[in-house]
Amino acid sequence: MIDRRLFTSFDWTLFSLILIISSLGVFNIFSAAASYGVVSTPYFVKQIYWILAGLFLVTMVCSFDYHILEDVAFWFYGVVLFLLVMVLFFGRTSMGATRWLNLGLFSLQPSEPMKIVIVMAYARFFSRYPLPRGLALRDLFYPALLLGGPALLIMKQPDLGTAILVVLIACSMLIYVGLRWTTVVTVVLAALPSIYLAWHYVLRDYQKNRILNFIDPERDPLKSGYHLIQSKIAVGSGGVTGKGFLQGTQTQLHFLPEQHTDFAFSVFAEEWGFLGCMLVLFLYMFLILWGLQIASRCNDRFGSLMAVGVTAMLFWHVIINMGMVIGLFPVVGVPLPFFSYGGTSMVTSMVGVGILLNISMRRFMF
Amino acid sequence: MKKQRFIREVKEPRRRVLGMSIAVAAIFLVLLSRLWYLQIIESENLRKLSETNRLRFVPVAASRGAILDRNGKVLVNNTPSFSVAVIPQDVKDKDALLNTLARYLNLDLADLQDKWEKGKGRAKFYPIIIASGITREQMEFLEENRLRLPGLDIEIKPIREYSNGQLAAHLLGYLGEISETELDKETYQSYNPGDYVGKSGIERSWENYLHGSDGGKQIEVDARGRYLRTISETSPTIGNSIVLTIDRDLQKRAEQAFGDKAGAAVALDVNSGEILAFVSNPGFDPALFTGHLPAKQWQAYLDDKRHPLENKALKGLYPPGSTFKIITALAGLQEGLIDENTTVSCTGSYTVGRDTFRCWDKKGHGVVNLKRALKESCDVYFYRLGERLGVDRIAAYAREFGLGAPMGVGLENEKGGLVPTTDWKEKKYGKKWYRGETLPVSIGQGYTVTTPIQLAAMIAGVANDGTLYRPHLVKRVVDPDGRVLKEFPPEVLKKLSLRPELYRKVKEGLLAVVNEPRGTGSMARLYEVKVAGKSGTSQVVKLRDSKGNVPYQYRDHALFVAFAPYEKPEIAVAVVVEHGEHGGSAAAPIVGSILRAYFEGKGVIKSPVPKAGDEQDAGETAGEAVVPENSDSEKVSGN
Repeated sequence: MIDRRLFTSFDWTLFSLILIISSLGVFNIFSAAASYGVVSTPYFVKQIYWILAGLFLVTMVCSFDYHILEDVAFWFYGVVLFLLVMVLFFGRTSMGATRWLNLGLFSLQPSEPMKIVIVMAYARFFSRYPLPRGLALRDLFYPALLLGGPALLIMKQPDLGTAILVVLIACSMLIYVGLRWTTVVTVVLAALPSIYLAWHYVLRDYQKNRILNFIDPERDPLKSGYHLIQSKIAVGSGGVTGKGFLQGTQTQLHFLPEQHTDFAFSVFAEEWGFLGCMLVLFLYMFLILWGLQIASRCNDRFGSLMAVGVTAMLFWHVIINMGMVIGLFPVVGVPLPFFSYGGTSMVTSMVGVGILLNISMRRFMF
Repeated sequence: MKKQRFIREVKEPRRRVLGMSIAVAAIFLVLLSRLWYLQIIESENLRKLSETNRLRFVPVAASRGAILDRNGKVLVNNTPSFSVAVIPQDVKDKDALLNTLARYLNLDLADLQDKWEKGKGRAKFYPIIIASGITREQMEFLEENRLRLPGLDIEIKPIREYSNGQLAAHLLGYLGEISETELDKETYQSYNPGDYVGKSGIERSWENYLHGSDGGKQIEVDARGRYLRTISETSPTIGNSIVLTIDRDLQKRAEQAFGDKAGAAVALDVNSGEILAFVSNPGFDPALFTGHLPAKQWQAYLDDKRHPLENKALKGLYPPGSTFKIITALAGLQEGLIDENTTVSCTGSYTVGRDTFRCWDKKGHGVVNLKRALKESCDVYFYRLGERLGVDRIAAYAREFGLGAPMGVGLENEKGGLVPTTDWKEKKYGKKWYRGETLPVSIGQGYTVTTPIQLAAMIAGVANDGTLYRPHLVKRVVDPDGRVLKEFPPEVLKKLSLRPELYRKVKEGLLAVVNEPRGTGSMARLYEVKVAGKSGTSQVVKLRDSKGNVPYQYRDHALFVAFAPYEKPEIAVAVVVEHGEHGGSAAAPIVGSILRAYFEGKGVIKSPVPKAGDEQDAGETAGEAVVPENSDSEKVSGN
């Protein structure tokens, strides 16, 4: 079954890249959580467990030929969409949002697998779709349907961060498939007046406030604004070389919010400075470009589209998280793949990488 | 053709990948330049800021919503309270500070240290509350000496004010500092240690509405932690008010009617299920729980045999005793096993197999029909009817009337009671149901247990000829601007499947219970309004021919359920007096007082004492009004 070629063509570069980033993450979590006091299992140990679980998933995902996914893509999509609908009715509410579904044995956040499943659905759809010369407006009908359902359901939870991610992932794939200029222009022109109308006639005041707070956190300086200021201070005070491992005052004195999860990178920035950040930035850029390279070298449309989608998923996570930490974007709960503490994010990212590795090692099979 | 397509398919994406790669690199370059800006150009400034990070977030607690009665009268509202907090980052000498505070405030040093340890894990600028509820004088003294005690902070918070004392204490509930287990729960995600939350009653079950949302200030302070300026501020949002269905005056009179007896009372609006009075006696002082409950008082509550901390109306489980005969009677009528003329001869006992079941009146009632059986509470009549019905049919009717399951009054942890069936016994004990076990069930003994709420709902359902409303406590939720957020209209739980004319036959018996000679409920009688009801006495333990001195905890419970006016029922009442021994003598007078208070409130009965007079007198008089009947009911001991 296992072809020798599969082993020799295994993408060790990508694999090592993930290991390096994950290890940096573990060290960083060690420091970020050092001031939390004694807990039964330290966060960094739990993160190691998650990484091991993730690597197991990677092997699983690599073990079959990814072309199988083409046949089951819509089924997967349907199941996850169904779960999202179930969340709407039976979901567990936490912190004002209903995201979790209790499946008896374990709880699931269906918006997470949706990030990958939407990639599969799009790849499946466009792999069989005749493409004369870029997508015209009417070609966008079904893709919009595929995207609209999940995006609205996730928005409703509400989980704006994930909703935006899903839309960005889908849009990246559309760009890769190719859009006509006329399509882009029409969509933008149609969007502007409807945003205007929605703003004035549909949205309620509190909804508008929420959106305004999102765009401009200084409006709400107690919550997101406070986090933003503290994070900027942490990153900036790191300087060129950083304050050193376990020496970040912002971190160790708890000025940072969520410092082992969403704001893990600001901990790193404070303690390792500009040089450290450059290294991490470079590693992520290398990862993304490598992913695109896999897409470009893949000989079938489905695989190529999958590779682009998964890469886009990782890319947007990185950009939104880092943008937030350094004060370019508003605060949304998006973790940094492989780096932030958390099992959910680790599992999604590892499955994504598993798919990339799968495509990469089977590129000679045609 | 095919070849061409293939070439395009391969070439186009490759070109696009190149484009996308360039875009990716450009975006990473933007991130890098931002990092350059922060970490190299702005580095000096931000490093200074981090070294003297004096930005501080100070929470401003929201005022809790008020709890009002059905007429808008205040049951609970707020008053300002002062608490002492310390801000870890500014504390120079922790031990000295805590020592001084413990000495001055007369508090236990170990307790303060404990609070300090618990709060230490969080942000260092975040105030840890170490003592709340200090007096205004203490607050002023500490405020004057603040400079000598770096790290000290005084907070002003609104707290509950119980202007009605212990009134409806179980219903309203009390507040307490949020516990660590609660902090871990999802419902309390937005709470901080030191926050106050509802611990019982309405305060707990409606916490979400009452709490409001805390505001806060972002302030800058100097090196000693003194306030310099406010950078920004969000004002807190006051919590919503809860308007209850309770009538404050009726509640007061009902509680007074109990005196020092232990027990529970529930009064319902027959035509809506609104709970007008909700008594669990004795009460407790909710104000004591908000501050530091003195250990002595706590122990006193725990030691009291009457269990003041227990919400008996919501969670008390009592065998319904003879009040259950109403259900047995209706079941018999509906099933066609009896009609109003069916007679049974009571010789004082009834024998099934080897077991003899006694009527409470050893002499026997002679030949009784349904009306007399209810009026004099003849056990033998119902033993025989129950035997023919069988336990499962009895259970089906009991469930119809809402017994055996929580009714959803709007408070957490409501008990559901138990209605036994053959299946239930099989599952629970793995044993078959004996025919003999059915007999006690038909007079409300045996396994059956109910809550006072269920008994009130049951008698209300009989009163209004078969509509079972959900008994409820909350009428509406009102936001601070007076807008109604939620309204709770009457909710019909069930339309009972019994033939309408059957209720009259049972109700005639219930009228006789209160108003005819030899009736067991004469002490609930009012002369201005016709009252109908049923007494009950439920065994706590089996006692053989007990005479005289039974210890308190082994005495029987006394029950009475009633409704009035007979012709056009408005109010239904269920009263349980724990260890009160006889429903007719212990519970019926309380029912009478509650009904009297209700009709006085409506102006149907004139208050015997002028309004200016002591209200307690009015309650007492109501009790005395039925005293002449006492000699009559004394003979009719109990059921």
